[in-house]
Parts: sequence; C-alpha cells; structure tokens
Amino acid sequence: MPNTQELQDLVVQVRRDILRMVHNVNSGHPGGSLGCTEFFVALYNEIMELKDGFDMDGIGEDVFFLSNGHISPVFYSVLARRGYFPLDELNTFRLIDSRLQGHPTTHEGLPGVRVASGSLGQGMSVAIGAALAKKLNGDDHLVFSLHGDGELQEGQNWEAIMYAAGNKVDNLIATVDRNGQQIDGSTEDVLPLGNVAEKFRVFGWDVLEIENGNDLEQVIAGLKEAKNRTGKGKPVCIVMTTEMGNGVDFMMGTHAWHGKAPNDEQLATALEQNPETLGDY
Amino acid sequence: MTKYTDQGKQDTRSGFGAGMTELGRTNPNVVALCADLVGSLKIETFIEENPERFFQVGIAEANMMGIAAGLTIGGKIPFASTFANFATGRVYDQIRQSIAYSDKNVKICASHSGLTLGEDGATHQILEDIGLMKMLPGMTVINPCDFNQTKAATIAIAEHHGPVYLRFGRPKVANFTPVDQKFEIGKALMLNEGTDVTIIATGHLVWEALLAAESLENQGISAEVINIHTIKPLDDKAILDSVKKTGCVVTAEEHNYLGGLGESVARVLATHHPTPQEFVATQDTFGESGTPEQLMEKYGLNNKAIETAVLKVLKRK
Repeated sequence: MPNTQELQDLVVQVRRDILRMVHNVNSGHPGGSLGCTEFFVALYNEIMELKDGFDMDGIGEDVFFLSNGHISPVFYSVLARRGYFPLDELNTFRLIDSRLQGHPTTHEGLPGVRVASGSLGQGMSVAIGAALAKKLNGDDHLVFSLHGDGELQEGQNWEAIMYAAGNKVDNLIATVDRNGQQIDGSTEDVLPLGNVAEKFRVFGWDVLEIENGNDLEQVIAGLKEAKNRTGKGKPVCIVMTTEMGNGVDFMMGTHAWHGKAPNDEQLATALEQNPETLGDY
Repeated sequence: MTKYTDQGKQDTRSGFGAGMTELGRTNPNVVALCADLVGSLKIETFIEENPERFFQVGIAEANMMGIAAGLTIGGKIPFASTFANFATGRVYDQIRQSIAYSDKNVKICASHSGLTLGEDGATHQILEDIGLMKMLPGMTVINPCDFNQTKAATIAIAEHHGPVYLRFGRPKVANFTPVDQKFEIGKALMLNEGTDVTIIATGHLVWEALLAAESLENQGISAEVINIHTIKPLDDKAILDSVKKTGCVVTAEEHNYLGGLGESVARVLATHHPTPQEFVATQDTFGESGTPEQLMEKYGLNNKAIETAVLKVLKRK
C-alpha cells in the first residue's frame, strides 16, 4: 500500500496529466477533473480492492462508476497510472481512433470503464444494478460511484436515491462532488440544490461529509469511514466538498474552467504550480 | 394455400409471461425488472418462483433501465419490462447511453405496443417504438405475432448476447404458430407461398395477412405471406427472394409508416431490387380510445386494409 507522500506525488502528477491532455486537444473538462484528483487517487490506490487486469463483470473486486463522465481526464490518468492501459495512450485523448473518447465509454474497449457516461444522471442507477448483481452473486465487494453536484438536477438520480434506500442497497458508496459549480454558474444560482447531505438523509441514506475533498488525508479517512458503514442496511453517501480547478491558482473557485482548456502560456503557468513528480506521459 | 388454425385466442404478453416462467426455471442468470406493471406484463409466476431475481422499481423507468444495465455487470441477464411507450420514448437516452452504446446485455420487454391496448388511448399507445429502437446501433428489434411465438422469442433472446427490444401486446389474438417452435432471431418465416404478391407482416398483422391471403385466393390472386418477427437485423434475402418472384409487396404492421418495418423493407428494395410497395401502417398519427377491433378498422390495420393494399399494388406492377 503506497504511503501518503507517494499518493501526494501521484496527485500532482495526475494534475499535470489532466492539464496536458486538455491542452493537447484544446478541449475537455479540467475544472472538475482537478477538483476530484485526490478522490480518484485515493480510491484507486488506497481504498478499492482490485484484481489484476480488467474484466467487465468485476466479480471478486470493488467496482467504480463515473456518472459525471465529462471529468474523463482525471479518470483516464488514474486508470493509466494504475496500469489499466499504457500511459502513452493518454496522448490520444479525444483524438480520432482513440479509446479515450471525450466521455468514457465501453464501446472502444478501454479497460477500466464499465459503462458509458456523459449524458448526466444515469450513473447511480447503473451502480445500483451492479450492487444488486454483487448481492446475487454472493460477492461481498463494494460498488463506488461519483456524481457531480449539478448532475443531481437530473430527476433520474432521485428515482435511484429512493430505490437504493428502499431496497437496502448497502454495498454502494455514492460520492457527490460538491464543488458548487456548473456550466452556467454556481449550482445555487442555476437551480439550487440546498442541503445535499440532508436530502440524502431524509431519503434514507447513511450520509457522511468530507469537508475538504482536496485534502488527501481527509479523503482517505472519509472513504475508509464510508466502507465501515456499508453492510448495515443503508446505502452510503459521501458529500465531498471540493474546489473546481484545485491546484491551479487561476482555475480555482470559478466555473470558468469547467469545460475550457488552457492556452500555451496558461499551461506553462499551471504546470509550474504542479512540478513533475513521477514523470510525464 | 397453407391452412393455419387458431388454437384459441391469447394475448402475446401472456406468451412473454410464459417464456419468463420457463427462463426462471432454466436459466439462473435471468433476472426480471418491472415498473409497477407486474400484472399487465404477466410475470407473476416468475416472481413467485424466483423472488430474489425480481426487482420492482416502481414508477421509475429511467432508473429501471440503468439498474438493468448495471445488473449485466456481474453476468446477469436482465429482462426490463413495462408498457412499450414507457420502455422506449420515455427512456430513450437511458437506453441509448447506458444500454446500447455501453453494449449491455439487457432485454427490453415492451407490452401494450401499438394501438391495440385500446381504451386507454394515445398516451399509452405507441406507434413510434420500432423506429426509435431500430435506429440504435447494435439493438435487435423483435415483434412476434402470437402467444406461442412470443414465448419462443422470450426464451431465445436470453441466449443472444446483446441488447434486444422485444415488442408485444395486450389484445387476445389468434394463436396459430406451433407450440414448440424454434425461434431464430433474424430469420423470416415463410407462411404461405404465392406468386402474385408478397405480403410482409409483423406482430398482430401476421394473422390479418393470412386472412387477407385467403380472401385473395378466392379472387384468384396468389399471395405469398412472410412473417418478419425480427425487424432488425432484417432478413434481406427472404424479402428479395420473394419479391423477385412476385414483383410487388405489401408491408403490414401496427406502427407508424415512418420508421417501421415498411421503411426497412423499402430500404432493402431500393438498394437491391426496386419494387412497387404499399404500406399498411398508421399514417403519421396518434391513436385514440376505442376497442382494439374498432381501432384496427379505423386506422386501416386489418385484413381488409391489407387486401385493399394488395389490389392497389398489383396495378402498379
């Protein structure tokens, strides 16, 4: 198991990967990706029990679903650095004939991806289905999912939230990235979400909060606590407060970098703030 | 002409239910989901015998399609069932992204398709579902004609890996295909050989096509009748072999003429063997309340409508 310094180095390197990937094709979603870097690094390197290699069914291991598929850069970087596919393939992000589509898909056979996402609001239902399959298979591993907070505006989530509580899907840990931003502005201006944790609670979930989702130790502690709360009759929700664009000073605290790539100069500045640790791809 | 006997009227949805009962006993990976319409889908026996393999999702079809997609991860074969309208149009994007684009082995099982659910009216009738589903890359689209064939199709699709749309209905109609038939996805069935005209029918219209062929025979017209239970992938060869012989075709379906079987057949003909064609289908309209028979009559979807279309297409040869 890697120590915290190794994971912290990985966090910085993943941030570099994200910035370089979106810069290379002048498109993609750096803001949410940067905000969720600690979460992905912790999940794939400290929290989930994973088999070697990849098979679609994921029997005998924990599985993860990314519902807010637009933050594919962080997903791809962490998958590649966990060994799911060659690191060099990050060069193909969003290019023609690539397995690294703009939004993640199973269609091109990229190891590590189990469902397409991008059209928002669908991932929790899929995660519930996978959790039910684990129960049917007598597989006591867990299902993790990640959702944008703005994504909760899609009604399908609330069907899924009701279902998971009503049917005691207690092998599921759904994390909401509460960065408070969406394309058109702050979530509270566009369509107020209010108290997300309380909403999950009254729907019957066990909810915990990670106050600073950009503090690696807090993220690890929160995810470990969430694991402890599984198997007790309730689905588990983590409301994780993050900062969109975290790690790059001019990208932080605004929705402006939700879906915009840095230019050459901006990239250089951003990379200076995230010096190379494990080697660029 | 070949004689077919109605073994007793039954609803195709009960054929689905019977198929599910058998699958429940023979295939432990088959699971069922339903959105608050268990009685309408006739899956009570499956549920009674396999309670752990049934998921009641409530009135939440989008969630049902997503859960079905997730259940395939872990090797389950989910049969997600509800009315055709709510199984397609309401959840098109969920099917598109989480099932079709994600290559998930989900069977979308849709009852009450077409006009013939009757009195509930247009909100519950759907005449666009074949078009919606056949446009999705990788989706197999099946519309069996009677109880026995629906049962056989239900069992067959469990063995096919990939997303399937299975369409059936509510009214009790003639049950005339063999009890223990083998159902081959994508393989058209020749029901009656003829020389003057080809009638290609799907679903409830197959029996109507046979009735029309019988009447036409009495007028000295030899009609070939083909049962296309699989609209996608379409059996191009069966269609082309027949029209090369007869030189004209009538397609018949309980669906809008836009996007349905008729258009699929027209594409095959236009590409390989241009042939006069008439369409027995609804004419870009919504349905309305009424008995199934009244609706079939009013919207031109019965044996008489097929006969009229045949007489018309014969003049275009």
